[in-house]
Amino acid sequence: MDGFSENIDPSRPTPDGLPEPGSSPPVGPAAWLRDRLRRTRVMTGVFYALMVEYRIEILLWAVATALPLIMLGLWSEAAASGKFVLGPLDTMRYFIAVFVVRQFTVAWVLYDFEYHVVSGKLTPFLLAPCDPTWRFFLIHIGEQGCRLPFVAALVGFAMLIYPEALRGTEARPGVWAPGWGRFALAVLAVFLAFAMRFFMQYALAMLAFWVERVSALEPVSFVPYVFLSGMVFPVTQLQAQYGDWAYELVLLTPFPWMAWFPASLLVPGVEVPIVRGFATQLVWIGVFLVLQRFLWHRGLRKYSAMGA
Amino acid sequence: MRVVDAQHIVKTYRVADKAPGFGGTMRHLFRRKHRDVEAVRGVSIAIEPGEVVGFLGSNGAGKTTMLKMLAGLMQPTDGVVRVLGHDPFRREAAFLRRIALVMGNKQQLIWDLPPAETFRINAAVYNIPDDVAQARVDRLAALLEIEDELHRPVRKLSLGQRMKSELIAALLHEPTVLFLDEPTLGLDVNAQAAVRSFLRTYNAERGAAILLTSHYMADITALCDRVVLIDKGSILHDGALATLVDRFAPLREVALKLTEPVAPERFAAFGEVESCDGLAVKLLVPREGLAERLPRLLAELPVLDLTVHDPPVEEVVGRVFAEASQSTAGAASAVDPDAPEPLEAGAVS
Repeated sequence: MDGFSENIDPSRPTPDGLPEPGSSPPVGPAAWLRDRLRRTRVMTGVFYALMVEYRIEILLWAVATALPLIMLGLWSEAAASGKFVLGPLDTMRYFIAVFVVRQFTVAWVLYDFEYHVVSGKLTPFLLAPCDPTWRFFLIHIGEQGCRLPFVAALVGFAMLIYPEALRGTEARPGVWAPGWGRFALAVLAVFLAFAMRFFMQYALAMLAFWVERVSALEPVSFVPYVFLSGMVFPVTQLQAQYGDWAYELVLLTPFPWMAWFPASLLVPGVEVPIVRGFATQLVWIGVFLVLQRFLWHRGLRKYSAMGA
Repeated sequence: MRVVDAQHIVKTYRVADKAPGFGGTMRHLFRRKHRDVEAVRGVSIAIEPGEVVGFLGSNGAGKTTMLKMLAGLMQPTDGVVRVLGHDPFRREAAFLRRIALVMGNKQQLIWDLPPAETFRINAAVYNIPDDVAQARVDRLAALLEIEDELHRPVRKLSLGQRMKSELIAALLHEPTVLFLDEPTLGLDVNAQAAVRSFLRTYNAERGAAILLTSHYMADITALCDRVVLIDKGSILHDGALATLVDRFAPLREVALKLTEPVAPERFAAFGEVESCDGLAVKLLVPREGLAERLPRLLAELPVLDLTVHDPPVEEVVGRVFAEASQSTAGAASAVDPDAPEPLEAGAVS
């Protein structure tokens, strides 16, 4: 029978007199970075494979979250009559962009974390030398990878219904192309918007250590998210309708930076505060992260008491 | 260096106390009552490298709570725990890299993917190179005879195959201390034997310390040199399995086959008659008097065959818990006439 470890020499004692560890931590910044990149690559790949198992559910989910496309239909007439803050072409492009942003900023960590706490399945995560946040975050990335072709198909379908969005109108001809620079900024903004949404929900999820059905609290953040994020109307509509105070007030909340900001970057004709947008996104991510860490350390003691 | 050094560990839970029925629900809603439950009461235990220690106790005795505190999932209410020189609850990476906890009722395998995918994640998390991880998986899978099942979704595996896969996932980083909570729970006899054999090999070749709780005495007798009996959060016995039998089983069972029937009263001089079925008789003889009585018995009775047994370990352990329970109940009933009945002798896990 073969020995268990290929690297153990019983005649070579370790400083503490115990068998050599079967794994070792990365030494040095380069090795640390390689280790984290490997973790990210492997976990994302495995979680993508897992999400492919649930592909039909994800397709239905993508279809069910098509609220922005519905809002496009509702606001089109207002835009055509000039009663909307955006023109008809920008309205079309804005809501299609919001749909795309929405697809890649969906977070469900609240439900996932609650399940892991209540069922005790958090235990194996706590016993590994890897913060569970990696797993919860990367499983979302895997899900987005699985969602990608469905989103492409749905955007293609929207383009069939609103072909002007792609090729332009008679008044403003030209293919929808935000430019490489703006597109790259939009991709970054979408990722940060996802991180905002994820960490906001993750911080809330920590209450699962105290409240058994923490998912019941989801509407607390979801309702303002729907109405203030730009999914129902661009937040600049508030400025046009109620004045600067309403607009500035909403910009103080995290919600417009989760959809309105990245979506506006994808629409060439729409002006958006780029520096303020990224700075605000980073600040909110920091706030949610600090809150999450605070609750995490306190909650772990409660988790033990719940039966681990 | 001791791998586990726990001194005077206490764990107290605060649990809600709700009376049944509508009235109880209303009272619980407006004036919640709690009570403290002492799951572990001043337990001290030290484990040396390479030791295999079995935790025995009835449900709720505090075995799993102890394992969880040693693995870092729980913080003791009082006392000091050091495992591999670390405070487990701090869950430092250097500590986590050298331990593993396998729970028979909780799994780390990803349900809808093959076990091989979980192994890939573990290899990345523990920073084990791909080729080394694959070699380890191959060896562990060969030992557990599960090579052909690692690429089927976990949900399609049998319970035994899942537990074997769990063990591979838990041992991929070759822990120095292995905590096992009911590792053979629900497995068939063959799978139980395979897991036991595997753990014996792992302990012998890797020099790892193993701390095990099990409902199956066969796990304990097959694997553990030392047993710790826990009852109501306190240690009743900590020592070798053989010592346990000597200490708590003062009688030996002497089975006789006779050539002709003998009147039952003639056995009284040798011991207590356990059963008498024609020519087959079983006597319970005090251990101390065995050497003196057996020659006499052979000389005075028409004996064709004679065998001497220790009583089954299950029976001994059951007796220990029953005695502990009786002494507790006795003390309680002295002040509380409504104290519960003592546990049945067979209620051993």
